[in-house]
Amino acid sequence: MTATTVGYREYGRPRWQRILLTREMAIVGLLLLTLLVAGLAIPYFADRLTVYNLLRDMFATLIIALPMALVMITGDIDISVGSMVGLSCSVLGLLFSMGVPFELSMVLVLLMGAAGGLLNGALVAKIGLPALAVTIGTMALFRGIAVGLLGTSTVTGFPQGWTDLTKYEIGYTGIPFIIVVFLVLFAVFVYLLNFTPFGRGIYALGLNSEAAVFSGVNRDRTRIILFVLAGTMSALGGIYWTLLRGTARGDIGDGLELQVIAAVVLGGVSVFGGIGALYGVVAGVLLIGALSSALRLVGVTAEVIKIITGVLLIGSVVAASMITSFQNRRKKVTAAPSQTSVAEPAPSGE
Amino acid sequence: MTATQTTAAPTSAASAGSRLMQLLRRRETSILVAIVAMVVVTTAVRPTFVFSGDGWRSLLLNPAIYIVLAVGVAFVIISRSVDLSVGSTMGLTAFAIGSLYIAWPQMPTVVAFVAGTLFGGLLGLVNGGLVAVAKVPGMVITLGTMYIFRGINILWAGTTRINASQMGPDFLAFGNSQVVGIPALTILAVIVAIIAGWYLHNTRSGRELYAIGSAPEAAELYGLAVSRRALMSFVVSGAMAGLAGVMFAARYGTIASNAGTGYELQAIGAAVIGGVAITGGVGTVAGAAFGAFLLATINSALPVLGIDSLWQRAVVGALILAAIILDRVLAVRQKRRLIAERMEP
Repeated sequence: MTATTVGYREYGRPRWQRILLTREMAIVGLLLLTLLVAGLAIPYFADRLTVYNLLRDMFATLIIALPMALVMITGDIDISVGSMVGLSCSVLGLLFSMGVPFELSMVLVLLMGAAGGLLNGALVAKIGLPALAVTIGTMALFRGIAVGLLGTSTVTGFPQGWTDLTKYEIGYTGIPFIIVVFLVLFAVFVYLLNFTPFGRGIYALGLNSEAAVFSGVNRDRTRIILFVLAGTMSALGGIYWTLLRGTARGDIGDGLELQVIAAVVLGGVSVFGGIGALYGVVAGVLLIGALSSALRLVGVTAEVIKIITGVLLIGSVVAASMITSFQNRRKKVTAAPSQTSVAEPAPSGE
Repeated sequence: MTATQTTAAPTSAASAGSRLMQLLRRRETSILVAIVAMVVVTTAVRPTFVFSGDGWRSLLLNPAIYIVLAVGVAFVIISRSVDLSVGSTMGLTAFAIGSLYIAWPQMPTVVAFVAGTLFGGLLGLVNGGLVAVAKVPGMVITLGTMYIFRGINILWAGTTRINASQMGPDFLAFGNSQVVGIPALTILAVIVAIIAGWYLHNTRSGRELYAIGSAPEAAELYGLAVSRRALMSFVVSGAMAGLAGVMFAARYGTIASNAGTGYELQAIGAAVIGGVAITGGVGTVAGAAFGAFLLATINSALPVLGIDSLWQRAVVGALILAAIILDRVLAVRQKRRLIAERMEP
């Protein structure tokens, strides 16, 4: 009895450590450090306009990263999101140019996003195909339809009220109005993931799919819903890009999937599934965004930012794996002697 | 299981018949049929698609780069991983070879090809090394290096592009030469594919890649050098992408920093369409090569058939989905048959 409490004290960490010494907090810390250093060292970084542009540019990545994190926590992946953004742009432009009322067009595009996600989800969950293979296929399919539909033409002239909404700034705070939309979505996703049986099932599926099924998690339904969410959020991202730029083109969102996945992995979601938190993912997206805009301000080109994104992605997974293997080794070393000390007092106590 | 039963068939006639059936059922055969059908239909619409010097040449030359890329990627996919960086590796190598020609205008063609292949192999070693050290899926690492290699390429090249006049005349002549009506680059690609196919099919380390791809844990328990083989598959994939980069330089003569963008998707698509399962352990080099040939043929046939080439990616996507669904259906059917056979006394 006493032996077990000793064991707990030895292995369990105090509450403050459990909260602060996590992968997510490391990224949050890195983000704060970046903001602090850049804010002090780079002129105009702390400027209202920089903040405004940063948040505005990262909105689509932010909202797509939310369902992507959930998909990746179950151990799946969706690399078709960038293409769905492009397809949404094309279809929105096409519907609008055909005279469909704009509000109806947006609803139809969101439904199309959900349908695209349903296609991914059904192929993955019902037919049992690997998510990577399916979404490589739909990535090419969606992008092909997107550029095929509009060809080389572009559609412009969207309703002023809607395009203005994407640029609307709350007072002179530098915070775009659409960030409120993101915060609402963030709250919904946090609630879904952390406070519902459905959300806990997502973690369970990622940790041990079979065990989760035997514990009553509906595996097929969960995976399908998550792909539908990813498709819908991508469609929303596509609508946003179209309105922000005021033009619909088929090549919008090219490579966005890579940025989203990089941010999600950087934010602490395990590539093996089962581990991750949404605030870490948001910090990951903002870190990439902040680094990009800081570097752009000091005149570094977009190519270097690409390199840095790649290095961050690889660095974060390599570091995570190094830390895990180091911890495992230390656990083995400390566990070996303490096991004997635990075993010894037990018979004497009886 | 099925293989042993086929060989144990009593009469040679039955054996030959079932072997023919097996050949017909192979993915390679159906892809070949699809290629032939595509070529026939397109030629019926526009005879010059095949029956002209230029048409014949592009029909054979266009697939060469895709074949080399797809064969390399097949090595990685068979060992149950994926390499997303081949397009960037190819572009970076093409630019490196161009730069090498600027520094050393008299460089022999052979040196260019060997140097490019080695350079690509080196980039593959970076991928494989990181995958081995971090013990994370190759997809994540190569997603990162895809960014990094491309970024280095653009940083290095800036807005400059390397033109034909800056490269060796022999080198460019080789890229556009033909041997008995067949482009030299295509012959090179086929030779490389045959060697790779022989290696995967016949050597011990080649078979081990299949074993690792089928069941990584079992391969580890059995004592196979899993991480060394995985490393090797990435080096092969990188080297093939490097070779493809040299071929790109030799063929087009103009290299910008965006060369090879999007080729990774075509290469993986070609391999998957050709029957290399993304779940590992299944597929052949021949399948990947035929898949690449089919994709390249679709590329050039679509405009002739009156379809905007912008739709090409949609066709590729639909083909990938069809291929993996077909694979799955066949696998389920085979599993059922094996269970049924076991049930019988």
